[in-house]
Amino acid sequence: MSALKKMRKTYKLRGGIHPPENKTQSLQSPIDVLPVMGEIVLPLGMHIGAPAEAIVEVGQTVLKGEMIAKPKGFVSTAIHASTSGTVKAIEHRPIIHASGMTAPCIVIEPDGKDQWTTLTPILNYRQSEKNDLLEHINNSGIAGMGGAGFPSRVKLATDKTIEQLIINGTECEPYITADDILMQERAAEIVEGIEILQHLVNPQETLIGVEDNKPEAINALQAATQGKNIEVVVFPTKYPSGGEKQLIQILTGKEVKSGGLPADVGVVCQNIGSTYAIFRAVKHGEPLISRITTLTGEALTTKKNVEVRLGTSVQQLLDFAGFHASRANRVIAGGPMMGFSIPSLDAPVVKTTNCLLAPESNELPLPPEAQPCIRCGMCSEACPVSLLPQQLYWFAQAKDQEGLKKHHLMDCIECGACSYVCPSNIPLVQYYRASKADIRQTAEDQKKADYAKTRYEARLARIEKEEAEKEAKKQARLKKAAAATTAKEKSEVKAAVERTKAAPAEATDDPVAAAIARAKAKADASPLDKAKDNVASLEKRLKKAQAKLDAAKANNDENLAAFESSLTKLQDKLTTAKAELEKLQGEAPKATPEINTDDPVAAAIARAQASRADGESLSPEDKLNKDIESLTKRIKATETKVAAAKENGDEKAEILESSLTKMQDKLTTAQNELAKLQPAKEAPQAAPAVDENDPVAAAIARAQAKRSGDEALSPEDKLKKDIDGLNKRINATQEKVATAKENGDDKAEILESSLNKMQDKLKAAEAELAKLQPATEKTEDAAATQSHDPNDPVAAAIARAQAKREQSSDLSPEEKREKDIAHLEKRIKLTEEKLSEAKDAGDDKAEILESSLEKLKTKLADLAAAED
Amino acid sequence: MALLNITSPHAHNKNHTAWVMQQVLLATIPGVAALTYFFGAGTLINIIWCVTTALICEWIMLKWRGKPVAFYLKDYSAIVTAVLLAIALPPYCPWWVSLIGIMFAIMIAKHLYGGLGYNPFNPAMVAYVILLISLPVQMTQWAAPLGADGASWIGFKAAFLNNFGFAPIIDAHTMATVLDVMKQNDSLTNNQLFEEYSQFGHFGGLGWEWVNLGFLMGGLYLLSRKIFTWHTPISMLAALALVSLIGYNAGGSDSGGSPFFHLFSGATMLGAFFIATDPVSSAVSRKGRIAFGACIGVLVYIIRVYGNYPDAVAFSVLLMNFAAPFIDHYTQPRTYGYNK
Ligand code: SF4
Ligand code: SF4
Repeated sequence: MSALKKMRKTYKLRGGIHPPENKTQSLQSPIDVLPVMGEIVLPLGMHIGAPAEAIVEVGQTVLKGEMIAKPKGFVSTAIHASTSGTVKAIEHRPIIHASGMTAPCIVIEPDGKDQWTTLTPILNYRQSEKNDLLEHINNSGIAGMGGAGFPSRVKLATDKTIEQLIINGTECEPYITADDILMQERAAEIVEGIEILQHLVNPQETLIGVEDNKPEAINALQAATQGKNIEVVVFPTKYPSGGEKQLIQILTGKEVKSGGLPADVGVVCQNIGSTYAIFRAVKHGEPLISRITTLTGEALTTKKNVEVRLGTSVQQLLDFAGFHASRANRVIAGGPMMGFSIPSLDAPVVKTTNCLLAPESNELPLPPEAQPCIRCGMCSEACPVSLLPQQLYWFAQAKDQEGLKKHHLMDCIECGACSYVCPSNIPLVQYYRASKADIRQTAEDQKKADYAKTRYEARLARIEKEEAEKEAKKQARLKKAAAATTAKEKSEVKAAVERTKAAPAEATDDPVAAAIARAKAKADASPLDKAKDNVASLEKRLKKAQAKLDAAKANNDENLAAFESSLTKLQDKLTTAKAELEKLQGEAPKATPEINTDDPVAAAIARAQASRADGESLSPEDKLNKDIESLTKRIKATETKVAAAKENGDEKAEILESSLTKMQDKLTTAQNELAKLQPAKEAPQAAPAVDENDPVAAAIARAQAKRSGDEALSPEDKLKKDIDGLNKRINATQEKVATAKENGDDKAEILESSLNKMQDKLKAAEAELAKLQPATEKTEDAAATQSHDPNDPVAAAIARAQAKREQSSDLSPEEKREKDIAHLEKRIKLTEEKLSEAKDAGDDKAEILESSLEKLKTKLADLAAAED
Repeated sequence: MALLNITSPHAHNKNHTAWVMQQVLLATIPGVAALTYFFGAGTLINIIWCVTTALICEWIMLKWRGKPVAFYLKDYSAIVTAVLLAIALPPYCPWWVSLIGIMFAIMIAKHLYGGLGYNPFNPAMVAYVILLISLPVQMTQWAAPLGADGASWIGFKAAFLNNFGFAPIIDAHTMATVLDVMKQNDSLTNNQLFEEYSQFGHFGGLGWEWVNLGFLMGGLYLLSRKIFTWHTPISMLAALALVSLIGYNAGGSDSGGSPFFHLFSGATMLGAFFIATDPVSSAVSRKGRIAFGACIGVLVYIIRVYGNYPDAVAFSVLLMNFAAPFIDHYTQPRTYGYNK
């Protein structure tokens, strides 16, 4: 035998632990190749990196092995139908993820034929281009199958000189034997896979690292590697030797730099399962559609390894193995050290599901309540990366991010060795996960702020430049204008401007002032008269303003915008005044003064009044319905406009879109209100008698249906749904932002602000969810309540942290105000810029911009005032 | 988030804080046996008395701080503190001395600093030092070891009656400890001392040699159970041996005593394996613990030879407790993936 092979020096892993292995249970029988067991659910994000992009449609028939989602970006990989059938849905389904959330999945209803698509093996891969081969591997959906699911292509596409190709057959986690049995039964195929890898990365030497607790696998591999340039390296069993960086250290003595990649030290690592999958993909053309999964734990009757189709539900698999739900206290995906409990057994098996562990309560008891840290140092003795877990624990409790970073929290591999040995049962890893998330969040925020700052500075510079240019242009124009206009006109303009400032009781020849004087004189007159006068005077002023505006337009006057804004203001005032008048007139609401139908302003006012009057006679419910109707109509109209604008590449698209959003919000509010108004009436029956041809009614019906559907959900589910929705939207928006930024588009900012809003909402929703969950979960699994204690310091701490983040109370009020002011100033600058552009272009947007500018200025003034 | 409850790891080894503390208690048995053999039953009386009062104090403080009493009493930490203080006290000190010590250790040094895990100083040593400073007479009355001139074994009853003030006998039994004699001496060579004084025994003082051997045994047991690592005790003993070798001066009349003498006299082994290793108040990293232990060893020698107090372990440990955070700061281990 090959036992005589020269012994290679291995290096000792620092720290580490020896938990009970519990591997023999599942090694009693060979791999059981399972048939398709029912509905197949394939999450689009089974790997690390960007989720794949679905390329099938609902209703489409697919064949086994057919690509149904294509990689999106470099760090991404494809997904294939794991049997033939029909695409039943593309929707959110629960997945194996500690968060218990759902994710987009492609659902396939098998047709029972299990019929392969045409396969394209690359038989003589040595002749093919390296890139083609990599592409083939990625299009076969190969991702790391040991746990993380990192697309294999990314690792293999290195252009560095590779000294060692390391095949990771360590499988150091207790209970798991998926790689072990694969090595035992299919060593020859694995070795062929290794040869493909050798061809790809051209290493100086190739090592298969296996712990000495797998003698049969070692024998099989040694037999299969006979005469090949592959060395099986056996080293002492210790957890966590199988961590990529740890294995590199054990086999080569090299350390991967913090934050670096194995390729930086000339190493490429591949997992046994992935190597086997690469073999199947290249030699047989079979994409990754099944994997070996260990079914184990005392709550299962049959403990064995199965080859299962990806997408099979966990529940079905467990049932197959004789699952005693009452005996299990949880189901863990992965091993007991790094796996996580599965919140929903409906979740499917994915590329990284190497083990389903269903332990009995006394097998893996829930941890007892944590005691204080006695600083015994057992954790730091066990830590494989030489951290000081007890110090990290203090820093984590104190939320001291600086301390955490200085003590290299980010290099923690979350192996759980420290928690395992801690005599005080402190859930150290939980603290680290939470703290890591906090640190990432902070960094993210910082990055955003920095980015905004640079953008702002760049913009300021640009604005300054543009302003200088504009100023020059303006001077030139002014000179021209001065020549063209008479002195009289000039003074008129000035007077108008001054008048709009509404200085009361000025020159008596000013009709406005006169009107005011009159109004004052009539102060003791009846309110009705006063109102009437008011309306009359306003109407007069309006007419005058209009005339002036017309004149200005004719002359192409500079101050056109000013006139326009004052006109608008007057119109507003008039409307209010008229409304008041109407109120006073009481019983005679219809008695609107004669309307000059030729006058558009008057007409508009009349319309508004009419509709209001109508509205008032309606019940609140009907009114809302009407609002909804009109909103829906307007939304429809705007949508068409947006589409048109977009097609023409029109800038207005943005504005339209924003107003569209506003309308939609309004619609939602209206609908909600409506919902509130008719709680008992509508909810029980499913939207009665909807005229399906009427889009408005249909929309309302849909909204109502949705609402009643929501009501049927528990608050928790609702929140989860919300969170999902938000997540989706955030993702979409992030993508948009990215593109916008790339194109240097102005929209980026608008998008970003809406993104922020969404993220805030998300946070709030999550916080609420967190609040809800301890309580709900308690009722759900009464047996395992202990650690769901709402007093749980970890949960509490996290909730606190979230709350804090929400309030952003880490900023002092001064800082916050300063930030706000800066922000406002930025926006003002921006708006001014746009305004002048609009004015130059004679765009009618100018008005809108001006009004928003004014609002912004008021806000700024308020803030500045608050500062004093 | 509620989901945090179900994250990894799901497995846990059998170690629990209570188990750790029990191992420490177990490991004191040989040393306590030697103490009892040579110095009479006083130590046992002290242990019983201290443990009882410590549990009461702990109970009061937990109640007062609104902590779950049973949960914390079960961690055995109060008992360990009590036993260590009882061992360190002179076997025949009056009951109220030990009571004050225990109250100080549990109520102030432990709970007022936040309870187990939060105390920056070793509670037993804080109490010991306070007593030594405020009650020097009671704290320095050591009985003569069995086998010394005129010494006899003091039984349970006599010890009880003495310690609780019913029938004081201690005055008849006191004898200066070897460390005292060594410090006072400036005329005799080491060899002469060993011949002159019956309490000097073979190399570390009559009785004391055995007591230290007992604690060494217990310490080695704890090491084998991985209760602590070798870094603190071994570096402390090595440093003590080294400096005493430098100061040995061939055992002349100005000698500070031989390395053997220092290693096996007084509270050396107790300090090395039971006090300095108290994890709560020591440095955390391996490097840090080496520095921590070595400094204690050097301080022990300096205080024994040049200081005003007969034994020095308590002072040295407390001084280094102060320094532990600084040591931690400068001895952070090199994490995987950072420059060697
Ligand atoms: S193992 Fe636990 S108790 Fe011991 S130092 Fe680490 S965190 Fe503290
Ligand atoms: S979980 Fe992190 S801190 Fe704990 S032992 Fe593993 S690497 Fe070290």
